[in-house]
Amino acid sequence: MFELSELWPPIRLTLTLAAIATVTLLIVGTPIAWWLARSKAKWKEAVATVVALPLVLPPTVIGFYLLIFLGPNGPGGAIAGLWGGRTLAFTFEALILGSVLYSMPFVVQPIRNAFEAFGERPLEAAATLRATPWNTFWTVAVPLARPGFMTGAVLGFAHTVGEFGVVLMIGGNIPGQTKVLSIAIYDYVETLRWAQAHVLAGGMLIFAFVVILAMFTLEKRIGKLKQ
Amino acid sequence: MSAASIISARFAGKVGAFNVDVAIDAPMQGVTALFGPSGCGKTTILRCIAGLQRLPGTLSVGGEVWQDDAQGLFRPPHERPIGYVFQEASLFAHLSVRANLLFGHARAMKAGAREVIRLDDLVELLGIGHLLDRAPGNLSGGERQRVAVGRALLSQPRLLLMDEPLSALDRITKDEILPYFEALHEKLSIPVIYVSHDIAEIERLADRLILLDRGRVLASGLLSDLEADPALPLVHAPEAAVILEGTVATIDEAYGLTTVSVAGGAVVIPGRRGPVGAARRLRIGASDVSFIREQPTATTILNCLPVEILSVTPQDGAAIQMNIVARLSNDASGARIVARVTRKSQEVLGLAPGVRVFAQIKSVALIAGATGRPDRS
Repeated sequence: MFELSELWPPIRLTLTLAAIATVTLLIVGTPIAWWLARSKAKWKEAVATVVALPLVLPPTVIGFYLLIFLGPNGPGGAIAGLWGGRTLAFTFEALILGSVLYSMPFVVQPIRNAFEAFGERPLEAAATLRATPWNTFWTVAVPLARPGFMTGAVLGFAHTVGEFGVVLMIGGNIPGQTKVLSIAIYDYVETLRWAQAHVLAGGMLIFAFVVILAMFTLEKRIGKLKQ
Repeated sequence: MSAASIISARFAGKVGAFNVDVAIDAPMQGVTALFGPSGCGKTTILRCIAGLQRLPGTLSVGGEVWQDDAQGLFRPPHERPIGYVFQEASLFAHLSVRANLLFGHARAMKAGAREVIRLDDLVELLGIGHLLDRAPGNLSGGERQRVAVGRALLSQPRLLLMDEPLSALDRITKDEILPYFEALHEKLSIPVIYVSHDIAEIERLADRLILLDRGRVLASGLLSDLEADPALPLVHAPEAAVILEGTVATIDEAYGLTTVSVAGGAVVIPGRRGPVGAARRLRIGASDVSFIREQPTATTILNCLPVEILSVTPQDGAAIQMNIVARLSNDASGARIVARVTRKSQEVLGLAPGVRVFAQIKSVALIAGATGRPDRS
């Protein structure tokens, strides 16, 4: 048998990564979703397409370009040179960047849909009630789009937890730094340690089930509250 | 009128398929209705006054300039002290009725507005006290629209803009809400610009009328003047009527009848509609008026008034029916009424401008100020 504690580092690392990535995704994704929902620019669908690319691209493709970008010959290498490093790849920060890019469509899309769903009217009503655009955003738009934020956050978190391809390309397999759950499972299987792989894979299965069930229940309850 | 006492708007520009080119002046008191068929630009003009939409032009309200394109001046909507009531109530679904009502109030107070309208007073005036802790989703259409009006008024506006606030409601709900609007009209001194395509609403609420057609102003003035102007389409509408403003003169307790004196005469309406001296608004439909040469000695019709014919115009191309505008009494200040009669009757009686006859009015409707403040029901 094995010590359960040996499974803990990749789990903790994965949860930390997903938490940081989710917060970053909400901070970066919300203005993008707002702009996509409100702008009348003709080229906004081009921007929407770029955001949605990870939906169809193999994760290894994103990982490949990120590796070049962060590596010794890319801008990442130049930045790392400032403190004497060679590369930004194979770091925890690189994983955050990769996760944010990779999970962006799962966060932006539901928030954009929520912003579009209530239309212009509540914003106009708020403007005629002396609310500045900034105040309207926080006191009207965000609360009305709450279901979209919830869905976006849950999907962003869950998607980051389940990520494999991007991590493999830019993170490698450094214990405590870049060895996340999906990599650990792969590693255990490669080295024929089936018991550990079973525990982690089974845990992921239950986690995914609980997350999606919770999201559906939440959406239903919010839907009921609205009536 | 001085600049401080009027709303003065000039807008010209293209909106969708048609051009708007209007010059509008309205007093900073009473209810001014913007009236016209669908697509005539009335909502666009209202939105431009609110700053929700922008057309080239100028706008000043009570002496303050809100838009002047020559100087590149445009106040965004949240800096204009207006209240706006949309066609649909547009309440904030995530806030309770109370929080909806106080949304604009809190922000106006923060911006240094003087509290003229208080929550408690308004809640009572609109009969929405029992709704305060509910979610907007649980209200009926009529209740929602009353809350929307309250929310707009609590932001302490200098000008209330209403965009067909009743058009999304059914007839019964409309009749339930109108008394509240009339009560507001009586109790509050905020000027209102009211957009509608329903002349019945306007007859109940408005003092002045701006008639619009395809982005242009056809006429503007007192409602009673415009309704009796044979050159305007109102006289030719199927539901043509006039509004008479009057005061209660006497009450016949024995028969339960009220005499209301109007310019150039007095009319009797059924019911005790006192107190004496109270203002009353009456409506006389064009098809309820008939003419008779001699004063009748015996008739069941209570109202038979001497009038002078002012104009005779055909109602339709074939001139089967004629619209006749007449003036009560023979002095120039007499109120005008409109009658619709057949050309045959008109020729037999020799009705022509300047002719003096008697007008028999089959029914007079009391349309406002019937009971004062409406009862909550």
